[in-house]
Amino acid sequence: MTTPAIELIGIDKRFGAVHANIDVNLTIAQGSIHGIIGENGAGKSTLMSILFGFYHADKGEIKVKGQPVRIKSSTDAISHGIGMVHQHFMLVEPFTVLENVILGAEGGALIGPALAKARASLKHLSDEYELDVDPDALIADLPVGLQQRVEILKALYKGAEVLILDEPTGVLTPAEADHLFRILKTLRDEGKTVILITHKLREIMAITDQVSVMRRGEVVANFATKDTNVEQLAEAMVGRRVLLRVDKTPAKPGDVLLDVRNVTWRDKNKVARVDNVSFTVRKGEIVGIAGVSGNGQSELLDVITGITKAASGEVFFKGEDVAAIDDAGELRRRGMAHVPEDRHHRGLITSFSAAESAILGYQYAPDLGKGFRLDRDAVIKRVRREMEEFDVRPPDPFLKSAKFSGGNQQKIILAREIGSNPDLLVIGQPTRGVDIGAIEFIHRRIIALRDAGKAILLVSVELDEIRSLSDRILVMFAGRVMGERGPDATEGDLGLLMAGVSKEAA
Amino acid sequence: MQRGELPTWVDVGLIPLINLTIAFIVAGLVVLIIGENPFQAIWILLSTPLSSLSGWFNIIYYATNFIFTGLCVAVAFHAGLFNIGGEGQAYIGGLGAATPGLLIGGVLASALPFWVSQPITLLLCLIASFAIGALWGWFPGYLQAKRGSHIVITTIMLNYITSSVMVYMINMVFRPVGKMAVESRAIDDAYIMNAREIGRVIGLKLPASPLNPGLFVALAAAWGVWYLLWRTKLGYEIRAVGANMDASIYAGINPSRIIMITMAISGGLAGLMAFHEVLGAQHRLVLEYVQGAGFVGIAVALMGRSHPLGIVLAALLFGLLYQGGTELSFANQNINRDMVVVIQGLVILFMGALEQTFRPYLAAVFAKVE
Amino acid sequence: MDFSILPEILSSTIRMSVPLILACLAGLWSERSGVVDIGLEGKMLAGAFVAASAAATFHSPWIGLALAIAVSIAFSLIHGYAAINQRGNQVVSGVAINMLAAGLAVVIGHSWFKQGGRTPQLDDASRFLAIDFPGKDALVNMEGLGPYMRILFDHSILTYAALALVPLSAWTLAKTRFGLRLRAVGENPQAVDTAGISVAKLRYQAVIIAGVLCGIAGAYLSTALQTSFVRDMSGGRGFLALTALIFANWRAWPALWACLLFGFLQAVANFMQGAHFMGIDIPVQVFNSLPYVMTIVLLAGFIGKSVPPKADGVPYTKDR
Repeated sequence: MTTPAIELIGIDKRFGAVHANIDVNLTIAQGSIHGIIGENGAGKSTLMSILFGFYHADKGEIKVKGQPVRIKSSTDAISHGIGMVHQHFMLVEPFTVLENVILGAEGGALIGPALAKARASLKHLSDEYELDVDPDALIADLPVGLQQRVEILKALYKGAEVLILDEPTGVLTPAEADHLFRILKTLRDEGKTVILITHKLREIMAITDQVSVMRRGEVVANFATKDTNVEQLAEAMVGRRVLLRVDKTPAKPGDVLLDVRNVTWRDKNKVARVDNVSFTVRKGEIVGIAGVSGNGQSELLDVITGITKAASGEVFFKGEDVAAIDDAGELRRRGMAHVPEDRHHRGLITSFSAAESAILGYQYAPDLGKGFRLDRDAVIKRVRREMEEFDVRPPDPFLKSAKFSGGNQQKIILAREIGSNPDLLVIGQPTRGVDIGAIEFIHRRIIALRDAGKAILLVSVELDEIRSLSDRILVMFAGRVMGERGPDATEGDLGLLMAGVSKEAA
Repeated sequence: MQRGELPTWVDVGLIPLINLTIAFIVAGLVVLIIGENPFQAIWILLSTPLSSLSGWFNIIYYATNFIFTGLCVAVAFHAGLFNIGGEGQAYIGGLGAATPGLLIGGVLASALPFWVSQPITLLLCLIASFAIGALWGWFPGYLQAKRGSHIVITTIMLNYITSSVMVYMINMVFRPVGKMAVESRAIDDAYIMNAREIGRVIGLKLPASPLNPGLFVALAAAWGVWYLLWRTKLGYEIRAVGANMDASIYAGINPSRIIMITMAISGGLAGLMAFHEVLGAQHRLVLEYVQGAGFVGIAVALMGRSHPLGIVLAALLFGLLYQGGTELSFANQNINRDMVVVIQGLVILFMGALEQTFRPYLAAVFAKVE
Repeated sequence: MDFSILPEILSSTIRMSVPLILACLAGLWSERSGVVDIGLEGKMLAGAFVAASAAATFHSPWIGLALAIAVSIAFSLIHGYAAINQRGNQVVSGVAINMLAAGLAVVIGHSWFKQGGRTPQLDDASRFLAIDFPGKDALVNMEGLGPYMRILFDHSILTYAALALVPLSAWTLAKTRFGLRLRAVGENPQAVDTAGISVAKLRYQAVIIAGVLCGIAGAYLSTALQTSFVRDMSGGRGFLALTALIFANWRAWPALWACLLFGFLQAVANFMQGAHFMGIDIPVQVFNSLPYVMTIVLLAGFIGKSVPPKADGVPYTKDR
């Protein structure tokens, strides 16, 4: 048997309370494409950052071609022939392709010789691996697919034998992704080793030789790709979990309250991050949107709640098209409440007191003061009432928001949004970073709101949560809705949709 | 308690005290370098002004100016903006302070009794000072909010432009024909009496100083800023934009609008300094009367933790330093009064740029105590 | 306008431009690495004071220059420590340095020389004088053309050094490894870090270069342009240089042209108390404020566009 290109032995890493990698063992064969698949927070990126010297493992050993090595920085990784293409490109935008390629490998005090050498080398590499790119083009002028090619060229120019790609297709069009796969296969055929981090099963099946599945910081399964199938991988990835028990009766859906029609939203690179999405939410039902994070859910929420405008399509809320409104306050006045996905960056202001955070977005509520005045007593009174109702601990309106636990912060936000008596509650990641006790409480409140005849749109990356709360489930993948399922959909079925495998499409 | 979190009293009391102490130690070293006794120098600096009534009066007079400029910087800080243009805004505010008194004051005085015309004129001056300062603050706010130019840069540019504009205005427009000194005629129709003059009216013998009732305008402004920031919806929005831009957009706040309004208020507060200085101390529009008070405002705002109460206290401290610096240079010919500028620079360095330097150590100490 | 004074105005333009060019290049180096430098003014002032003091004491402009550079670097390192290690607010730090320098120069100068913060008048041996190269007399005294020859050939070594530093800076930034890395760190420090290069080291190198250049600019002010240090003698040149830097879109050659233009405006303002143009009196203040007005207009994007390095003023943290 040949020596493996990379061996990771007993890698362990903690970030504070988060155990990101738990005793990970992984062997990457020379000249193979090795996929690492897993949900968000499964520890894939942390593991690769350790291999590339960006983080240091608390425990464990790394071997390159059988030799134990210490990788203290990316310089060490590069010198051991490891290259990485990050999810967010590490390119200097006003530089040319050549300048980016030689950065850190200039070879001497003057860059002239290195540029000439790189030019020749790039020509060679582009002939060999289909890595065509104009060496004199400015990065800022290149489309994303070509920028990624430059990242690959950078690594190869520095002598990478092992190439790590972190979610490389997230920013690519399907055609660009296909081209990338051809390049990766050529690289493998020329003897290079490729490690591909992804959550997309189709990619794993299409180009990898080996696949490792990570879940909650551990490697839970290793397969040869030809011996496995998408169902098996999806199950390993999602795992069999005990469904959280939430008592709820069947929904009694009423009229359509939110009607999203063909909504598309593009990022600054003109990539459609929300791609022709349509669905409805009725009164008295919970519609859950499942999906691995980064598949357009956040952008969809921003469009619906008026934080940003849709590029095209219509959003009917209570019968009126609100797609062109980019004022969150206006939608709030019309009866849409929003619990944002990221409570620290949006949901509350950590440096404000709990009372101040508890009126965020409702500062103009009539009962909080007449005219320009903000009536402090009214604010405190309201917040005390909400804190009691939602059992926020400690029930201290003057305590800084940052000092509450995650669960209590979330309760403050939930109390604020539910307290406004909305017609529609849009809620993202309701229990992220929230302790078990609070999770149950939050779930019960959401269901109570539904039973009061309100419409609820729920976005969560926690499949359990989606399954236990939703009356209808939509799965988003790469900006599109892959399919709709009832509340009794199986994990395997949803897992496939989340990984971009759709039976309808197949 | 989260990492790096400190009790409030440490944040607003101990850290400023430590930083001030270090500033004094460094300043003491400078005194040592020039061959003087640092303890004696600091003793004179801090104690002499406090030992006489005129010293106190001067301290409070300086502090009045610093309250205005400190509030100017602090209001902008609350919206996450760094207004270095207080100097220029206070300078241009002089146009507002002087014009109503020179132009309308005489008309009013001839039509109305003295005790009616003066307050009306002064009120107009007050409003005009604020308005012109506000305009000078709003403009860079507009440029940042709508055109993307950075406030720090544009306010610096405006300081220099203001300087040229004021030289031109005072020399070519305000200077009476035939007068040699580059200054306006005396603004008698909007005259704020100083403490001594008021004392004379009510039969009290008070020491000479520029201290005048403009102080109450400053205190009212401090209260007003406090009320604005913590008791109004607008103030809430200003602080939300400064603390977390994303969260404020989520809350339906329009950051562009808040940036422009905040800068206008900030500039207006600096403009009020002109009201106090021009009508209460100079009684005419002169060149360069701001004398760096706009920059002292930065130190005052940092020291006072951007809270109006802290700013009043910090302004008094700097008033003490300025008066003390003068006394020190009289007492010891070898020490120039610019010693105060050194201390001011050190305060800004330690309170502003290096504020994080001691925090980890203090946090570690308090973590152990807990 | 009287054209006979044109050569003198142009000559003065060069003299006025030199400190601007040096300070502007200082800003260029610092800001291209991602460290905003509002403290050019203060470093220049400190350099001017130290150069004049040392030249007066040791009767050598060169010792003055060396010490001016050393002190200016010291201020740079304070700024670097605040900006790079402490991730403090770079603007605040710059403001502090300006005040510190202005205060210290006067306090120490007052104590040392007892002239109210002024340093003693320097004799010719203690100053940088116009270089007396062979054939110069013939050249500058030429009938008719003489005054024009003075524009270029009647300057001290520091002037020629400043002019030479423009192509040197442009070349170093464009063609060397150091320049490439420095430009990269001002745009995307993370790219530099992942390429295995120290972000902090590069930025320290940049602020030290800024210190050297401000030191030379200061020495020029007090030992070449003038004959002593007087309080606040930098007179806003640090900020004018910063303005030129923005105007030049953070590039070396355009920086030269911007500084020459601003120097010309200063020279005109000094020579004429205002000018007549098409029958209208143009007040001198117009010339003084023109650079700032033009820059505000430029920054607002009404004509052209000025874009700073992307990471300018942003402290680098490794955490993602």
